[in-house]
Amino acid sequence: MDDLYRDYILEHYRHPHNFGILEAPTASYEGSNPLCGDRITMMLGISDGVVREVSFTGRGCAISQASASLLTDEIKGKTVEEVEKLTPDDLLDLIGVEISPARLKCALLSLDTVAHALAEEAVASQDATSST
Amino acid sequence: MTDTATTAAVGRTADVPASTPARLDARSLRADFPILATTNRFGKPLVYLDSAATSLKPQVVIDAVNAYNGEYSSNIHRGIYEIAERATGAYESARASVARLINAPEAAEVVFVKNATEAINLVANSWGRRNIGRGDSIVLTEMEHHANLVPWQLLVQEKDGDLEFVPITDDGLLRLEVYEALLHLGPKLVAFTHVSNMLGTINPVRRLTEMAHEAGALVLIDGAQAVPHLPVDVQAIGADFYVFSGHKMLAPTGSGALWARRELLEAMPPFMAGGDMIREVHLRRSEWNEIPWKFEAGTPDISAQIGLGAAAEYLMTLGMDNIAVHERELAAYAMTTLRREVPSIEIYGPAAEFRGGVVAFNLPGIHPHDVAQILDRSGICVRAGHHCTMPLHERFDLAATARASFNVYTLPEEIDALAAGLREVVRIFDGEPGRPG
Repeated sequence: MDDLYRDYILEHYRHPHNFGILEAPTASYEGSNPLCGDRITMMLGISDGVVREVSFTGRGCAISQASASLLTDEIKGKTVEEVEKLTPDDLLDLIGVEISPARLKCALLSLDTVAHALAEEAVASQDATSST
Repeated sequence: MTDTATTAAVGRTADVPASTPARLDARSLRADFPILATTNRFGKPLVYLDSAATSLKPQVVIDAVNAYNGEYSSNIHRGIYEIAERATGAYESARASVARLINAPEAAEVVFVKNATEAINLVANSWGRRNIGRGDSIVLTEMEHHANLVPWQLLVQEKDGDLEFVPITDDGLLRLEVYEALLHLGPKLVAFTHVSNMLGTINPVRRLTEMAHEAGALVLIDGAQAVPHLPVDVQAIGADFYVFSGHKMLAPTGSGALWARRELLEAMPPFMAGGDMIREVHLRRSEWNEIPWKFEAGTPDISAQIGLGAAAEYLMTLGMDNIAVHERELAAYAMTTLRREVPSIEIYGPAAEFRGGVVAFNLPGIHPHDVAQILDRSGICVRAGHHCTMPLHERFDLAATARASFNVYTLPEEIDALAAGLREVVRIFDGEPGRPG
């Protein structure tokens, strides 16, 4: 059995948590690894600085999809500030299997996509503030 | 091995020689490749099924490179002393070997470049910028490697020209009736691959060239996946430009060649400028050297090109006809074996009689990166991704594929090992169909 393909990783791949579409996300972003064809759209519902809802859609390898499943579980209910502080190492700890250098991009796509979604949210809320 | 694999090619594969009994002794020649004696971190022998990405190198090539570096390392076309003359001799003799391999009329028509990509960029920048103007069209195909697509995109963007594409059938064959219609547009150039690096399709290059010439177009052929695997005769094909990389044909990375007809090369302006490509330099003007040196500015990758010469000689000794038969048999064996052992497998591209030693596939619900990663544990190397053919993957609505590709040293039992490895992948993923991936 390959260490990378532990049962819980495969379980997250087959039955990902928080997989689907959020009806009214306050932030969303589509990230991709063009080289391997991994694609993830992260949707966040943020109010009062807290990630109340989160979901994702996408397709790709087991590592990228399991990573998104684990990450969305992790950030739900956390403050935006806490989510922004998550590092690649935090996510790798969460995934819990050794990721070879060639697969790091797959493993980290979910976090990168969340970071982009939060950045867009920040810009959008700033615009909203400045226009009022 | 199946006998059907050796059935004589018909129709579209008329450029492939009729079959002769395979005389290639792949088992013995493996001793020529030192890397095949190595094992991976789990002690498993190397099962190298990624030769379309780059080939392994035989000892004669390694020795040729080492001899240059260890015995006569010096610049070419300059020194008066003994080792410099030896280096120049070896470099030019490599050019003669390459010319013989592709039956070029003269060695001077072989321009050394670092790979097929550089060769295409050379033609696009030199011939293309002088000959393609506003409204001119270039015909390509949907199965081109990015190397035979992006340089033409840049050219027509600059010159306000147009690109047209020959579509392919679901089986991965060019649609010749559409090609014929596109030729009525009067393109200046037609550029296509000899053998597809993803589908494995062997294109009927002689016929495609003939049709293009009747329409008044010049023809560039990307032979990166052909020269290592098939007999290539540029005169019989009738091409105007023919390009290939050394590293896919048992030679070092950094070696490759552009062949073009003398009158074309002579009329073309230089692509890169600098030393060696000039006859006379004055402060405000220069005169160009003779071909091929006009296109070889600066010190080239001397040892790599000497290695390319050694690889060309090695291939000619094995016999390109024998190699073609060997690899066609492997492709047929792979398609039969993989479909039998892994029934869920999807294999892309044409039937075995139309293809070279390339088999791209997917296991439903399992991303090719996961396939490749699990195979790696067993020492099996396959490529996973889009293989620099994103438009072709879009054509088949695929994000990525896994690809096994063969060479002279590939054995049927390595394909058996691949089949066993794929069964293991399916077992790990438990056969449960995942989301479309």
